[in-house]
Amino acid sequence: MSYAMKAVLLVAVLGLAACNNPDRFGAGGAGGAGGAGGINSTGLGGANDPQSVAYFQQTLGDRVFFANDQSTLSDEARQTLMGQAQWLQTNSNYALIVEGHADEQGTRQYNLALGARRASAAQNFLVSQGVAGNRIRTVSYGKERPVEVCSTEDCYSRNRRAVTVLSLGAGS
Amino acid sequence: MTQRSPFGLILALLMIFGAGFAAPTVAQTGPLRIEITEGVIEPLPFAVPNFVAENGAAGEFAADIARVIASDLSGTGLFREIPASAHISRVDSFDAPVAYADWKAINAQALVTGAVSASGDRIVVKFRLFDIFSGQQMGEGLQFVGTPQSWRRMAHKVADAVYSRITGEGGYFDSRVVFVSESGPKNERAKRLAVMDYDGANVQFLTDSSSIVLAPRFSPTGDRILYTSYQSGFPKIYLMDVASVQARALGDQPGTMTFAPRFAPNGRTVVFSLEQGGNSDLYTIDTESGALGRMTNAPSIETAPDYSPDGSSIVFESDRSGTQQIYVMGAGGGEPRRISNGPGRYSTPVWSPRGDLIAFTKQHQGRFHIGVMRTDGSEERLLTASFLDEGPTWAPNGRVVMFSRETAGAAGQSSLYSVDISGRNLRPVASQGAASDPSWSPLLP
Repeated sequence: MSYAMKAVLLVAVLGLAACNNPDRFGAGGAGGAGGAGGINSTGLGGANDPQSVAYFQQTLGDRVFFANDQSTLSDEARQTLMGQAQWLQTNSNYALIVEGHADEQGTRQYNLALGARRASAAQNFLVSQGVAGNRIRTVSYGKERPVEVCSTEDCYSRNRRAVTVLSLGAGS
Repeated sequence: MTQRSPFGLILALLMIFGAGFAAPTVAQTGPLRIEITEGVIEPLPFAVPNFVAENGAAGEFAADIARVIASDLSGTGLFREIPASAHISRVDSFDAPVAYADWKAINAQALVTGAVSASGDRIVVKFRLFDIFSGQQMGEGLQFVGTPQSWRRMAHKVADAVYSRITGEGGYFDSRVVFVSESGPKNERAKRLAVMDYDGANVQFLTDSSSIVLAPRFSPTGDRILYTSYQSGFPKIYLMDVASVQARALGDQPGTMTFAPRFAPNGRTVVFSLEQGGNSDLYTIDTESGALGRMTNAPSIETAPDYSPDGSSIVFESDRSGTQQIYVMGAGGGEPRRISNGPGRYSTPVWSPRGDLIAFTKQHQGRFHIGVMRTDGSEERLLTASFLDEGPTWAPNGRVVMFSRETAGAAGQSSLYSVDISGRNLRPVASQGAASDPSWSPLLP
């Protein structure tokens, strides 16, 4: 990726971070994996550039999913996180926030705690795969930020997630 | 950002010793009496003619005050208003004798008469309550003095007095509710803290919508609000002074999430959940010294704590058994005792201000319920059922709970409802748009 292209992408990341809602990037983000509209990354050439954020989000997958009321990582989730961990070791200039989310089937406070469990499960796995712990913060959104808005298991299964959101400034 | 809060308003409360009113105070065991605990089927018919405007400036309040009183009483489900169109007598003078026969003829069992006078920044509201079938005044007349802006509060105080005399219970109309005002699509909901009168009037916003805010809770005197905000990018507890609308972070520990705060009855200690490394436990913090105390130490989720009204115990939810259940522990610590025993998941316990019941959210077979149980978990009673009901809060008199109800699907919205602890009188609470997470204040002074 050219320096200019990377700069454009990083500006986009910063702009979204300024909205105080990291999930917007992960959710709608750079042509991303689902949900509401956001920034269209077409033209950044991202998803095919292994060093790009778009590649991280779309090709590797920036999120893992959980069973109802669970925070255990599935085999598929572990595979995704292993891919993330490898990428993060190559691209060490990124810090990350792991967001934990719950579906709407649960009370607000419990879902906050459950989202934190999920974020922590992903964080711990990334650390176990060699990502420095001081690059990672976690945040729980509970049921406050679904990407899918229907009230069926199909939507719920995509809302029960931990999303790895990249940002600048790992400094390592 | 907000208008001046009506908290802190002092209403003068004066007895009227009107000439010609030597009527003795009627004992509360008199004939005009609603026994709430026995289950009222037929609401008690009452009349509230427009209050008498004793001068020109009072004219704008005379009818409105009567309407608020009528709405308060009818809204309980315990009273039924006889509309003015059915009235035979007119009340043109506050001190004129009551035409009992005329009110008896339309089957009014209770009559509330009143008068308003206004001058400058002061209005005076006075009322009397009559037991029509006994043919006598019930209790003494009362007079309230306040600013013109506080006319609704004075109406609520009249209604509280009427309710209290007839039911023998404390009132709950002169109270406020802090809640989360919601707007925008479900996947990007904007949330703002707001307060309003218990009946939805006088909505005031306390925050803008730039950060998610959750689950505000009043202090025991209603002067402060605890809530959770994402304003730092991470969920943290804040403590807001209602009058100044100034907030500060409370118990902020780097790298942790703090949430689910609730005041102790002493108004100084706060119990809350602190999450670290994915695990949530209960802590307390002294709001003055900042001293932290750890209440639980378990790998399970411990959250949604609330104090008993005497401050001796804490009720909370935990999934230490594998699913969310309700536990009670001493406020000084100790082994929690599980009190919920039915099928399903139990959460968000809140202790009644009377101390006798705990209201909760229950999930069972894909439905959500608001329910109440005794403090030992016995006599569980479900009051509601819907796609998503959660987060009950008690009326100041412990007879009614308010909660959030959210509808299903992409267009799903949250709104506030209240229900009597008998399970009757389920009704929506006006809130100027979508709303969630109500917390009821104590009765205002």
